Amino acid sequence: MKPKRDVGIVGYGSYVPRFRIKAHEIARVWGGAEDALPIDEKAVPGLDEDTITMSIEAARNAMARAQIDAQQLRAVWVGSESHPYAVKPSSTLVAEALGASGAVLAGDWQFACKAGTEAMQAAIALVGSEMADYALAIGMDTAQGRPHDALEYTAGAGGAAFVMGPAENAIAMLEASYSYVTDTPDFFRRAYQHYPEHGNRFTGEPAYFDHTLTATRNFFDSMNFSARDFQWAIFHQPNVKFPLQAAHQLGFTRDQVMPGLLVGKIGNTYAGAALIGMTNVLDNAKPQDRILLVSFGSGAGSDVFSYVVTDKILERRDLARRTAFYLGRRETIDYAQYVRFRNKLVMN
Amino acid sequence: MAENLAPNWRLREQRYQLVGNVCLKCGAKFFPPRQVCTQCRGTEFEAFQFSGKGELYSFTTLHSVPAGFESYAPYSVGMIKLDEGPLVEAMLTDVNQDKLAIGMRMEMVTRKIREEEGERGLLVYGYKFRPIAE
Repeated sequence: MKPKRDVGIVGYGSYVPRFRIKAHEIARVWGGAEDALPIDEKAVPGLDEDTITMSIEAARNAMARAQIDAQQLRAVWVGSESHPYAVKPSSTLVAEALGASGAVLAGDWQFACKAGTEAMQAAIALVGSEMADYALAIGMDTAQGRPHDALEYTAGAGGAAFVMGPAENAIAMLEASYSYVTDTPDFFRRAYQHYPEHGNRFTGEPAYFDHTLTATRNFFDSMNFSARDFQWAIFHQPNVKFPLQAAHQLGFTRDQVMPGLLVGKIGNTYAGAALIGMTNVLDNAKPQDRILLVSFGSGAGSDVFSYVVTDKILERRDLARRTAFYLGRRETIDYAQYVRFRNKLVMN
Repeated sequence: MAENLAPNWRLREQRYQLVGNVCLKCGAKFFPPRQVCTQCRGTEFEAFQFSGKGELYSFTTLHSVPAGFESYAPYSVGMIKLDEGPLVEAMLTDVNQDKLAIGMRMEMVTRKIREEEGERGLLVYGYKFRPIAE
């Protein structure tokens, strides 16, 4: 897909809470095998943090890089599977905190881990159709994993925000995008349920790999691309193994993938996972670098984007905190503190 | 029926964006906004958004806390002297309480303040301050 008007990323920003719990600490409590842990550690939100507060900080970073007035935004869209309210948008509060409320679209997107890039696709379309000059797309999550479930090791917290705008003001220009979805029940959470259900090994081949690989290969065919055309590639990262395996099958090297692979240090940030990987790549990319961004969301589908970095990255990159700042800002907690922070204690 | 919706709603600009006001006669800045200037008694103001940067002027840590804040205890509160002048009282966050020090640089962040009526009620968001760590 290509928009009528050329579109790009005008600003970007990330956020990761400061608390970390080691995977081996979770394994200690539940008797897990320490030699088969999917990640090193994951980020845990503090007591006063949720998808709304984290979205606000990431969005403020994105707006600082975009160098536009918040009233120029015509959309504030938040993709997440952990919106604090079942009914009441996160996006209106984020818009209000940015000073963007008023003549603006706002809405919450839901597509498991693909909700953030779905919002990005829509923001591209809004700007590309000339309905708006600027739109904000956010992918952010404070994902919950059931205690003693495999997901408890990886369900992390964090994400990223992207201001999409006209290409002439972009730090990375969109070349094209693609989406591929099917009805695949690999992971879901019913209404009023606290924790999601997942299909164990079923989540791999028919879900993550089929959608990630099919979407990317179809995109490559339509654009006449191969892995060699990209300096960097970011894939959705529910663990360390899946994205590395998908990247290898598509012909990418580890060097192309590692800067955007953050799951080992912050966990799976769901709707924010691929997007925050993209921010770390943008923090380190050079002008003219081509970047592949591939998300995956259970249910299931993948979005694929190709961006080319422009010279403007050099003047805008340090107008906000880099993702490395949030990765390095860390305080280790034990399982007891984790239980408190994740609201697993009944207080009344 | 949900309670305390109107007062929280009225304060949203102050709480989310740290918007106070500035006296059009003498330029004095206020947070929260005032209707009469304490410097020149002027009564004409316009809205002013503070940078959110300042210094920790004083602080303490609460162990016995007001109703609605129990889940956060113990937590620290502070007075922050904003770079533009006013002194703001706020909860502190992302802090190690034993490392707080008067004069340390602080910045505003938007965080969850409390939950009205437990899990049924409004989530109240607003400004807190944290140390600037670069």
